[in-house]
Amino acid sequence: MDPGFLFVQFLNGLATASFLFMASAGLTIVFGVTRIVNFAHGSFYMLGAYIAYTLAGVFMEVAYGAVSFWGAIFLAAAIVGLLGVLLELVVLRRIYDAPELFQLLATFAVVLIVQDLVRMTWGGEDLLGPRAPGLKSFVVVLDRRFPEYELAMIFAGPLVLGALWLLFHRTRFGVLVRAATLDREMVGALGVNQALLFTGVLFLGAFLAGLAGALQLPREPANPYMDVNIIVEAFVVTVIGGMGSVTGAFLAALLIGELQAFGILIFPKITLVLAFLVMAAVLIVRPYGLLGRPQAESHAAARAGAGLAAGTPLQRSLWMGLLAFLLLLPLFADEYSLKLAIELLIFGLFAFSLNFIMGWGGIVSFGHAAYFGLGAYGAALLVHHLAWPMEAAILSAPLVAGVAALVFGALCVRLSGVYLAMLTLAFAQIVYAIAFQWVELTGGDNGLIGIWPSSWASSRTVYYYLTLAVTLAGIGLLWRFLYAPFGYSSRAVRDSAIRADAIGIDPRYQRWLAFTVSGIAAGLGGGLYVFSKGNIDPEVLAIPTSVDALTMVLLGGVETVTGPLAGAALLTLLKDFVMPLTLYWKMVMGGLILAMVLAFPKGLVGILGDRLPGLQAAPTGRERPA
Amino acid sequence: MSAPVLEVEGLVTFYGRAQILFDLALEVGEGEVVVLMGRNGAGKSTTLKSIMGLVRPTAGGIRFRGRDIGGLPPFRIARQGLGYVPEERRVFAELTVEENLEVGRREPPAGRDAWTPQRLFALFPNLAELRRRRADRISGGEQQMLAIARTLMGNPELLLLDEPSEGLAPVIVDQMATALADLRRHGVSILLSEQNLHFAGRIAERACIIEKGQIRWRGAMSDLLADEEVRRAYLSV
Repeated sequence: MDPGFLFVQFLNGLATASFLFMASAGLTIVFGVTRIVNFAHGSFYMLGAYIAYTLAGVFMEVAYGAVSFWGAIFLAAAIVGLLGVLLELVVLRRIYDAPELFQLLATFAVVLIVQDLVRMTWGGEDLLGPRAPGLKSFVVVLDRRFPEYELAMIFAGPLVLGALWLLFHRTRFGVLVRAATLDREMVGALGVNQALLFTGVLFLGAFLAGLAGALQLPREPANPYMDVNIIVEAFVVTVIGGMGSVTGAFLAALLIGELQAFGILIFPKITLVLAFLVMAAVLIVRPYGLLGRPQAESHAAARAGAGLAAGTPLQRSLWMGLLAFLLLLPLFADEYSLKLAIELLIFGLFAFSLNFIMGWGGIVSFGHAAYFGLGAYGAALLVHHLAWPMEAAILSAPLVAGVAALVFGALCVRLSGVYLAMLTLAFAQIVYAIAFQWVELTGGDNGLIGIWPSSWASSRTVYYYLTLAVTLAGIGLLWRFLYAPFGYSSRAVRDSAIRADAIGIDPRYQRWLAFTVSGIAAGLGGGLYVFSKGNIDPEVLAIPTSVDALTMVLLGGVETVTGPLAGAALLTLLKDFVMPLTLYWKMVMGGLILAMVLAFPKGLVGILGDRLPGLQAAPTGRERPA
Repeated sequence: MSAPVLEVEGLVTFYGRAQILFDLALEVGEGEVVVLMGRNGAGKSTTLKSIMGLVRPTAGGIRFRGRDIGGLPPFRIARQGLGYVPEERRVFAELTVEENLEVGRREPPAGRDAWTPQRLFALFPNLAELRRRRADRISGGEQQMLAIARTLMGNPELLLLDEPSEGLAPVIVDQMATALADLRRHGVSILLSEQNLHFAGRIAERACIIEKGQIRWRGAMSDLLADEEVRRAYLSV
């Protein structure tokens, strides 16, 4: 390879790094002060691009030139900054003290809502923006051409870094932000109005995201997928750099930018995976990122969670009734209802497995789709490539997912809180990327088709009973775990890892085991799922699947045993009824999540439990008598 | 005694289900230094935090210069003219000494001289040469001084000090006592919690002894120093 090519590749890496940094800086600043991982940062980025597209169109129509172009870019960023203020006032302000899960879901709900709003306003097409006047040409370096705009962008990143440094070290606002990042309660006790400070920080964060999105416009068209794409990359950069550290984000962006520029030459297939592998490697060596510091234990984490209550007679009779209903269902249900019931059972198991570690183990997994999807893909691949029968494939599904959970879990449980959630997300994205890019094995985007049950189980009724038996066994087993010493230990670690450690429970080992058990159960659900559908594609591994599971748990109530099942039923039915009625399902879903988080944080079963004490005994922390 | 700056009555505070303060009452007069003494866990820190709004009392009245401040968020209480220095100091580790002072800066009420870094460096000479040093790179005693100086930058009329002598070397305790005596001459009222009787004796004029969340004894500092019976009953371990 000639030096000119390598140098241009190096420059490409720098330009990518610049963009990554600009897209991540706001995220890390907002996290530093508010301790909220703001998924909506991706929405701000996308809105920056779309608003800049519209403004540039108008401005350059009126007067073509650099002033119009850059005016549109910065005005777009400022508008997005104001939207950040709106988000702070309407949503974030209410959830600063909420558990991490609620914060993650609430900001993700905003992502869903904005996606549909963008689709309503600008349509679903790619929108190609104007190129920057004066920067349309190439420069020649070592006999190679390199775009002027990219060259300018190489300088934009360091420029933003410098401007942020000045802001943080030379202005009172900046000093207050840095102080609040370290100890916000103390900042308040010194007379600083935190609410105002947080609003200012959200403006800054959203402004930076909007700027990054707007600057992206001459490089690639504005499109409805850019929010999730960028947020995942920005997460990786922030986590590698250390959440809250702007300089760390810059270093991490450089690392990722250059790795991608050269990695693509060596392994063209694994560019998506590469960033996550780097992230996993960095977190193993430095659990809080390059320049990060350990998170202070949050109030939410220090508060003891719910205890398990013994089943009341009312509950037991309700369960018996439900079981009878499920057993008799095929007698009066049509084909479609049975299909829905199968789905409902599978997602019940999936949601239950998630709450097994989340509600009862304190491990917030934002990538539980990985284990569900790996179970599904594991079974599908065995059928597709090795022609295994259904029975063996379904039995292998939990093994495949379990092995993955064993490996990923070993790394994840070293962390806690938001870092853990981000690492689980990263692993899920790695698996997603592999399924997406390894076309020979997985069929890529198209997935695998023709994964049908064995002939004896091919009738819908038989497959329903099979699903019923397997999911009930899985749920029953997890349930048994919860009431066994294993479950007590899990809860001890959830409530206080240090105290649990002091009485002889190894917190990391306990969490690792729980994580693996949960992964196995999710994989079992995935195995059943693929045969019920007959096909599989990477969507099953994508973020929305993880969010569905989280929403089910949230809908039902985190601190309940039966909640996830109720939540799974409710969301599955809701999707089935509402989705065909509206073009804007995401907005409905986002609104639903927001409403749950802001208004009913205890979830469905939690609310019912409050109203009907017999249904769910109040969380007392007392155990079932032996 | 002159008109009270701070009046607390019937204060009740819980942590979760554990009640810490039981119907606690105390007051601090204008320009007065009052020490809150008591054993570990008696409720000294909780009293100060409840006054500052950092923990929310379930009942009780807290009045500052006659205005009810109970239930306000901490930043509003600070803006009324209360300054709080926590036991753990809580200086901003990654900020320099000067930046720490900047965080605390607030305009004084009309007609009063503002504390400036220069004036504070005169009060705490050790800090003067450390102004560009990060707060986690200075000694514990210097951090304690910085924590007080940072709070003074907000020009409080009443200073709440949580165990300022704790964990400090005797020579530093001595400097601290001198500085606090100086502060008093500047007209700042002080309510401090302490376990060090000797230190308290040098700066306080009145003492309240707290046990199990209630004030059990109150009187002049000189009386407390003279009354071995009381000291043995409430303070010795």
